[in-house]
Amino acid sequence: MSRTTERARRVAERVTDPELPMLTLADLGVLRDVDVVGDSHVVVDITPTYSGCPAMAAMRDDLVRELQGAGFDRVEVRVSLDPAWTTDWITPEGRAALAAAGISPPGPAPSTSGPIPLTLLPTARQVRCPQCDSPATELVSEFGSTACKAQYRCTACLEPFDHVKEI
Amino acid sequence: MNEHIHTTPEDEHDSAYSGLLVNDAHWAFGTDFEDPLAGVDTSIPDGVDAPVLAAYALMLGDDALVMSHRISEWTSNAPDLEDDIALSNIALDLLGQARLLLARAAKADASVVPALPEGSPAPPEDALAFFRDAHDFRNVRLAELVNGDFAEAVVRVLLFSVWRLATFERLRSSRDHVLAAVAAKGVKELAYHRDYSARWFVTLAQGTDESRRRLVAALDALWPLWPELFDTHAVEAAAAGAGVGVDPASVREAAEGVLDQVLAAADVPRPEAPRRAGVLGRTGRDGMHGEPLSLMLAEMQSVARAHPMGQW
Repeated sequence: MSRTTERARRVAERVTDPELPMLTLADLGVLRDVDVVGDSHVVVDITPTYSGCPAMAAMRDDLVRELQGAGFDRVEVRVSLDPAWTTDWITPEGRAALAAAGISPPGPAPSTSGPIPLTLLPTARQVRCPQCDSPATELVSEFGSTACKAQYRCTACLEPFDHVKEI
Repeated sequence: MNEHIHTTPEDEHDSAYSGLLVNDAHWAFGTDFEDPLAGVDTSIPDGVDAPVLAAYALMLGDDALVMSHRISEWTSNAPDLEDDIALSNIALDLLGQARLLLARAAKADASVVPALPEGSPAPPEDALAFFRDAHDFRNVRLAELVNGDFAEAVVRVLLFSVWRLATFERLRSSRDHVLAAVAAKGVKELAYHRDYSARWFVTLAQGTDESRRRLVAALDALWPLWPELFDTHAVEAAAAGAGVGVDPASVREAAEGVLDQVLAAADVPRPEAPRRAGVLGRTGRDGMHGEPLSLMLAEMQSVARAHPMGQW
């Protein structure tokens, strides 16, 4: 990797997610590739977390702004749909940052090859309260404040919290 | 006006407005057109008829768009906050699928996109969503019905997502890279939609007499539109034959199997109502829709049509 590409990558990796600002796009795993073509033309590949993720436009604008600010005149942000994003791509640093911000990080993503079995009982997860670390937590809803989160509550300290759900 | 939101440094952290007054660049949405398929390989696979691929993508896209809009009408109207959020999330996932699929249709065959005034900034997927009339929509009729009560929403999301998930599970191996990628991502989303509605189905069926009565009534009312989901339209047959689409008839067994599991858990018998006939054999896939779709589109499309040159 050339030094210029390395520099572009470092700039792109600093950009944070608009809805989870404690995470960089690299930590979230949506930054798929950064390449420099010629002297100052950067091509960045990002992948959506969910099909309707409204943060994509903001991510793209932030990448363009940061890279142009770092002297790259032409910034091209492309969409990478394949392979589909999985929470398994959230880095250990990203998981630590989520927990530090009071958001429970995801467990291992379920396999999605073949038919997906119906589950009529609430998804069983080993979720610890990000506030008090108690394992006594219960699911409130599989859908939360953003597409990627479920809502939980801690039955020990009674605090509600978000959990990044596994996909 | 400004003095009303003026804050001192001491109370700044209490002001909901303070964050809006700095770093505007962070929220520079919509400064230019964003292609949802920018950089994606949208070449047509060998041996595939581009108009067939476009028509097939429109069908899947219209299903998602119309269903998304109906579910989005629940926003701020659901029985409680958690289900309001859940239904809004489901609508958002489907809207995202619709956007990619309509964009795919436009890329495969630009002639499906309605002509807009020269210089209109509306991207092709918006032109398809907002500038077609009801008879050009290819969604199944289940998606377009006027909303009923919460039980009706639960049953409709269940029927729709059981069928769509079974379809997308197979669509993952489409020879079209875009459809395969949309399906691979959509499967994960639809699994959450299906399981959410299936749990509510069992809960309402096993709840009070009133909740069960409403659930069974909703199932009876929607049941006549279930068989239409498995009809094979000529476009779907051609897309399946070319290896880019899924023949709806081929997912019937899988979908019925899942639905039977839910019915058994809820102890609700399969309804016996006959299927709703089409008009001279034509149904949603042929552009034959009921009045509810026209009324829905009149509302959904009114702003975009009034401002075809609008920049959002």
